[in-house]
Amino acid sequence: MAKLIEMRVTWGETMLELTKTHPNIMILDGDLGNSTMAQIVAYNAPDFYMNMGIAEQNMMGVAAGMASVGLIPWLSSFACFLANRDLDQLRVTVTQPKLNVKLAGHYSGILTGKTGKTHIDVGDIAILRALPHMTVVAPADSVECRQAVLALTDMPGPAYLRITRDAGPVIFGEDYRFAIGSVVPVREGKDLTIFGTGVQTTRAMEACDLLASEGISAHLVHVPTLKPIDVEGLVAAARKTGRVLTTEDHNIIGGLGGAVAEVLGQHHPVRMKIHGLQDCYGESGPNDAMLEKYGLTPKHIAAAAKALLNKAR
Amino acid sequence: MPIDPALKRDLQAKAVQVRKLILQAVHKAGAGHVGGPLSMVEIAVAMYFKILRIDPKNPQWPDRDRYVLSKGHSCIALYATLALRGFFPVEEVFTYDAMNSRMQGHPDMTKTPGIDMSSGSLGTGASPPLGMALAAKRLGKDFHTWVHLGDGEIQEGQVWEMAFVASQYQVDNLTAIVDYNRVQQFGFPKDGNVRRRVNPLVQVPEKWRAFGWHVIECDGHDFDSLIPACEEAKTIKGRPTCIVAHTIKGKGVSFMEGDYNWHAKVPSPEELAKAFAELEAAQAG
Ligand SMILES: Cc1ncc(C[n+]2csc(CCOP(=O)(O)OP(=O)(O)O)c2C)c(N)n1
Repeated sequence: MAKLIEMRVTWGETMLELTKTHPNIMILDGDLGNSTMAQIVAYNAPDFYMNMGIAEQNMMGVAAGMASVGLIPWLSSFACFLANRDLDQLRVTVTQPKLNVKLAGHYSGILTGKTGKTHIDVGDIAILRALPHMTVVAPADSVECRQAVLALTDMPGPAYLRITRDAGPVIFGEDYRFAIGSVVPVREGKDLTIFGTGVQTTRAMEACDLLASEGISAHLVHVPTLKPIDVEGLVAAARKTGRVLTTEDHNIIGGLGGAVAEVLGQHHPVRMKIHGLQDCYGESGPNDAMLEKYGLTPKHIAAAAKALLNKAR
Repeated sequence: MPIDPALKRDLQAKAVQVRKLILQAVHKAGAGHVGGPLSMVEIAVAMYFKILRIDPKNPQWPDRDRYVLSKGHSCIALYATLALRGFFPVEEVFTYDAMNSRMQGHPDMTKTPGIDMSSGSLGTGASPPLGMALAAKRLGKDFHTWVHLGDGEIQEGQVWEMAFVASQYQVDNLTAIVDYNRVQQFGFPKDGNVRRRVNPLVQVPEKWRAFGWHVIECDGHDFDSLIPACEEAKTIKGRPTCIVAHTIKGKGVSFMEGDYNWHAKVPSPEELAKAFAELEAAQAG
């Protein structure tokens, strides 16, 4: 069994680590420190933490101002609020002037600790990807999350990190090296190519095992950076098998599937299927039941892969 | 003016039932909020058992009073109250947060009978009630609209955008209730202590007055104070009213009261038993 780690804890610990090397870091919290683990900094390095209260629009504008003067603000809230509530402030005062503001979007995807519809944002990737100058990263595990925090902190310009709430399997070893904008081959295969992003990649790994047991060899590629997207990497992986399935804990509109379709449609058209949330909002429920109802389990990914292969025959 | 003692006893008994249901439901779900729900129990009970013009058998009645729980994270208190009032069976409260349940983690007007507006993203619940009140005036309807806000929630700018427009249009069929318990989710250090955290927002009544609202302060856990405040609010003409209800987060359970750690924490079996014992002792005494 792989080790299970909560990405939010990794995020908080990495932020604390950064306060020692980056004196200009400042964590701005939307009053969720004890959910997002910004509390790790609030308790241990209080000078690097400010609660902006329950007022995300103001928080985004404050971050813009801080960045313009040379600080590196990391905003911390739920993905649903960061991608929506303060969107105009993000658009006009952060992305248009290309300011150095980092967003930690916690509780992303449908597994939000039973909080339900209002706290589930099915479209954060679509929304943030559509903002010019924005970098969008969805790590698969805590190893990658930590490296992404470090890389995004040292990269100039606005960036969004998509973080999952509950503990997930650690799939990358300590020798793993994350690079912004590069896809990551996970499994070699020849029958179809599967692109996954965020923690959905870990479920896609299990789907590959299911498919293998039925004699289907899937080529799995992890896409941590949704923007800027790795055009060459996607094309090369698609070319390997000529059939592409994408899978994501996000709406089937505008997310990983959309990004891959935009690339392959223009550079290397292949038969393709987009797997994810079927253009619906979520609800409250335990994780396993949620994944089952909304069709995000490895079994569902494998079924989508088989549907793609059958259609292709 | 104190209310009828028999009514008061009845409402107090209801409040104890609601508190027990909150704690049991969160315990069973293994998730959910506790402090905020316990803070609003008397307000919800006063609303549904005394103040609101409603019909549990006809939750969509067009002429009903509207009540919007803008601090939607506290909805388990509302579900328990609605159940006791007959909107749905009490057992259903224990499906809170379960798959396919009508008792969602945050209020969903498409699922739960008696919920007048979906809420959960703080501040977003503030404005629809103003729309309801304006629509009532436009359509010649005499229902009253209530919006229940958290004191942390009113840090959101949207609340004050609503406050400005409501007084501009003299919306006197709208009453806001601020659940003023002085604690939010994570909050700010008290006296420099990072482990004791509060909502430092001050001069709350003055803020609403400055926006042109009539303001009434009351004790949000004392029906003798709360119910007259609600009744007065309905009589004020020419401007909206804000009831600043002084409350205690986690009210009724000593080890939860005023502690931000209990904002959204699940009581263990021992903690649940201890809480029940305290609630029963207080009721007996
Ligand atoms: C827009 C938005 N930001 C953040 C949150 C997360 N959140 C849920 S409850 C809460 C604290 C609310 O405090 P308050 O309004 O005082 O309510 P109470 O103390 O009565 O629970 C926070 C920050 C949210 N639900 N919505």
